[in-house]
Amino acid sequence: MDIGSTFFYKYRRFIKTLKIYLLLAGPGLIVMLADNDAGGITTYTVTGAKYGYGLIWFLLLLLPVAYIVQEMTVRLGAVTKRGHAEAIFDAFGSFWGWFSFLDLALVNWLTLVTEFIGMTAALAIFHIPPAVTVILVSIVMMLMVLQGKYWTWEKIAILFAALNIIYIPAAFLVHPSVGEVLSIGLIPHFPGGFNGTLFFFLMANIGTTIAPWMIFFQQSAVVDKGMKEKDIPWGQMDTLIGSAFTVLVAIFLVVVTGTVLYGVEVESAAQAASIIMTTNPWLGTCIAIGLFNAGFLGAICISLASSWAFGEVFGWAHSLNMKVHEAPWFYTCYLFALVTAGGVVLVPHAPLVLITLFVQVIAVTLLPAALVFLILLLNNEEIMGKYRNSTLQNIAGTGIVVAIIVLSTLYGITTLFPELLT
Amino acid sequence: MVMIETVLGHRMGSVLRGWTEKITEINKKYKTPRIRMSRGVKIALLFLRIYLILLVLLLGYKFWTLLT
Repeated sequence: MDIGSTFFYKYRRFIKTLKIYLLLAGPGLIVMLADNDAGGITTYTVTGAKYGYGLIWFLLLLLPVAYIVQEMTVRLGAVTKRGHAEAIFDAFGSFWGWFSFLDLALVNWLTLVTEFIGMTAALAIFHIPPAVTVILVSIVMMLMVLQGKYWTWEKIAILFAALNIIYIPAAFLVHPSVGEVLSIGLIPHFPGGFNGTLFFFLMANIGTTIAPWMIFFQQSAVVDKGMKEKDIPWGQMDTLIGSAFTVLVAIFLVVVTGTVLYGVEVESAAQAASIIMTTNPWLGTCIAIGLFNAGFLGAICISLASSWAFGEVFGWAHSLNMKVHEAPWFYTCYLFALVTAGGVVLVPHAPLVLITLFVQVIAVTLLPAALVFLILLLNNEEIMGKYRNSTLQNIAGTGIVVAIIVLSTLYGITTLFPELLT
Repeated sequence: MVMIETVLGHRMGSVLRGWTEKITEINKKYKTPRIRMSRGVKIALLFLRIYLILLVLLLGYKFWTLLT
């Protein structure tokens, strides 16, 4: 074959692979980009403002962490054709089933409230009243699911997820010194020395990387999409690409705030956007839009994760491929979560800060259980057959799970008792 | 169940009865764990129980300190 033919053959093969990937891409990409939700964006914003580029190396370490945990949900969903809530009930009995399910319902609802807090705060920068934000978001989110096709919902969600990368062009707007980013950011070190505050930030960044809803969401999405065992490699690739994007977005956001807000006391992404807006309106707008989009993406995934779990446990029809009259309870759960969580944000003097802190504490009661069940299920030959964890996967998976449990627990405890850090 | 319907009214009572029956059905369906209770599984579940008890105690302590 001459060079032209070889090139054409490789090009055709690449296009074919890309087409198959685009057909099968979805759950991994969406869950990973939604991982950078309102809480995540706030964490990265504050991390950049506090430590500059100093913790970029740590964010890079989170890529394999996110991938290894979420990849297991792909295999579990594709093999068992069951969501995580149903899988726990089936494998571990009703006690652990109810515990996980009720905890998930509570954590998801509280997290949904925080997503609405993020969205309303972001749009308030553009003088849009919270009530308008809540109503518009709820309508758009309902319209997304009511069209009756998982595939359509997924592609719309990917479009919103793509907006998450707004932080990448935003980083170019601030003209950071690439040399400084690389020399300070990529060499592992603890800026200012290892102390309680830095430890809290490291834990917060890990806490935003793996959340309980992500495990439940991706497994249910894999099932609803109808992925089979043969699709697992595509699901893994999807999850890997998603993990890379989520870390990339986090790094670029840290670069943005590390460049323009380094040393400024910042408490939230909305506050950061407001501060930047006064000096650089374009950049401030980018951060505000990114925050809104992050909250929106988180909200669509979290409310779906809950609705899927309710459907799985109670045996109701639960698929985005079904119309409202075919799965009324599924859509009722979805609407109920949206309306109540959005409503809380509109209540005058609602304890929103307390809710945000409470989420972190309640999440640590569910995360270890969900992760331990994940490892146990993935090691069960009867359930997983030849797709069970290999020794290497177990070493990596168990190590990461233990580290996440220890650090997220410490994060929860220090949120409860902040005086421990001083 | 007749008592429930008398206390809550027919409509609410039947809804509550429906839920109770559904929960009982779920408990019955998942009464026996499917996973084989090997030593590793037992240790993991025991760890989870202890972990959760400790966490609840911590939450209780925090609540107590907030009250007092």
